[in-house]
Amino acid sequence: MIGVPFLFLFVFFLLPFLLVVGISFSQQQLGIPPYTPLTKMEDDVFTLVLNIGHYKFMLGDDLYFATYISSVKMAFVSTVLCLLIGYPMAYYIARASESARDTLMMMVMLPFWTSYLIRVYAWIGILKNDGFLNQFLMWLGVIDTPLRLYHTNWGVYIGMVFSYLPFMIMPLYSHLVKMDLRLLEAAYDLGARPWKAFVQVTLPLSKNGIIAGSLLVFIPAVGEYVIPELLGGSDTLMIGRVMWDEFFNNMDWPMAATVTCAMVLLLLVPMAMFQHYQAKVMEEVK
Amino acid sequence: MSTLKPSKPLSYAVLGFGYSFLYLPILLLIIYSFNESKLVTVWSGFSTKWYWALLEDDELITAALLSIKIALMTATASVVVGTWAGFVMARLNRFRLFPLFAGMINAPLVIPEVIQGISLLLLFVAMEQTLGWPEGRGVFTIWIGHVMLCVSYVAIIVQSRVRELNRSLEEAAMDLGARPLKVFCVITLPLISQALVSGWLLSFTLSLDDLVLTAFLSGPGSTTLPMVVFSRVRLGLNPEMNALATLFILVVSVGVVAGNLYMRSMQRKREREMQLAFKAA
Repeated sequence: MIGVPFLFLFVFFLLPFLLVVGISFSQQQLGIPPYTPLTKMEDDVFTLVLNIGHYKFMLGDDLYFATYISSVKMAFVSTVLCLLIGYPMAYYIARASESARDTLMMMVMLPFWTSYLIRVYAWIGILKNDGFLNQFLMWLGVIDTPLRLYHTNWGVYIGMVFSYLPFMIMPLYSHLVKMDLRLLEAAYDLGARPWKAFVQVTLPLSKNGIIAGSLLVFIPAVGEYVIPELLGGSDTLMIGRVMWDEFFNNMDWPMAATVTCAMVLLLLVPMAMFQHYQAKVMEEVK
Repeated sequence: MSTLKPSKPLSYAVLGFGYSFLYLPILLLIIYSFNESKLVTVWSGFSTKWYWALLEDDELITAALLSIKIALMTATASVVVGTWAGFVMARLNRFRLFPLFAGMINAPLVIPEVIQGISLLLLFVAMEQTLGWPEGRGVFTIWIGHVMLCVSYVAIIVQSRVRELNRSLEEAAMDLGARPLKVFCVITLPLISQALVSGWLLSFTLSLDDLVLTAFLSGPGSTTLPMVVFSRVRLGLNPEMNALATLFILVVSVGVVAGNLYMRSMQRKREREMQLAFKAA
């Protein structure tokens, strides 16, 4: 009973990771497959060749280092922006009338169901130099020369926040809607100002929602490829894009595998936090 | 009590801003799909010519048909495997390797797709070398990849539904002598059917839309719709893509809204019936 799904996940999820780790220690070669085998059988002698050149290269190369820092920074800024926009939205949806809540949440989820690629594409027309946003701002007279947003890091931030906002709102909403409003009432009765009541009562009660939402945005954002490729500039350094280029343009599979391993290492702590949170959610349902 | 209600103007301002941010880009995309000009951002008159252009775009149509085929296969397989996994998560969670199992279910929800893409590809290459199968990459490898992408969602939807179930019905069937498999098919499955439908629909749309995983797992002759779309929008704006996007958004929105309304009415009906049943008892 347990075996079938377990085996399926093991073969198609865990095993491939081990292969990535293995191939990160091999070398690029011309041929099929484009990497050298790790093990050799010669004259009944079994040899294992591990090549750590890629790791050395990665640690010594400034560009790779800058890419890691920049990926984490961009994912972090996107997460904070999502939180700043998503929290007030989740808060007011949770406090809306019961009949409105379902509709409002459905409207948050609807973009998640429609194509992600299309939603990123929609921003090109807005952010371009002669795009809608610049046309509008120039018409208003706020600016004289168009703002450069398309093909810059700003474009990537906007695209990320737009794409990942539903993932931030969902867990925040589910925590805020469960909250016992009598606690707020008690705080008010004891003389707390609305702002203080929010900071001391509502915010701590939604802490788990904040953590979950932030992880749901941060982890995939670190490895994002489509958004920096479509909206970012050629100087937008992101690890997902570097890995893609190593793989598809340079055909260097071992290097791509090494970059992937580094990405996994980078995400190990947030992933563990996410697992911990998910386990807790499942406990609660029981 | 009145102080507990958040201020109306502030609430409208926040939600107004938030929803305009989410919907304005999509709205502009739709409006300008009816633009006559080839320059997408300059309005020159109403026209439906880009929709007609879609019909003559053979590359796009071939890719769309392939994508729909893969999405149908993916959704069906994901529901089977995902339901199985979700059921194990909810009911049989006492085995020693359970944390590993739960971890493998939860991780794909957040893990960057490039990581899953390269690892699955390396698996298929290694399998081809050692087992001689699967030969090359194509529909089959894309299918497995998409199922991996969707299984977690289905499993999580199903497990939370199974946990909510009142076990007395299943116990009654067992008492009456039904075998576990029969209980599952006759009692449990109908009770969780809503979760299965949402899981199927979600898998279908996720598969239809996936680009990154597909790029790693596709071979010559298996170009899906998102791959064609991506290769074109990479070069900038394209009015035909606006038309395609509009059609896609329209179909999905109608489906999601209708599905949502249907499920809400079903839920109300179920609650009413349960109330009646308890009254009778």
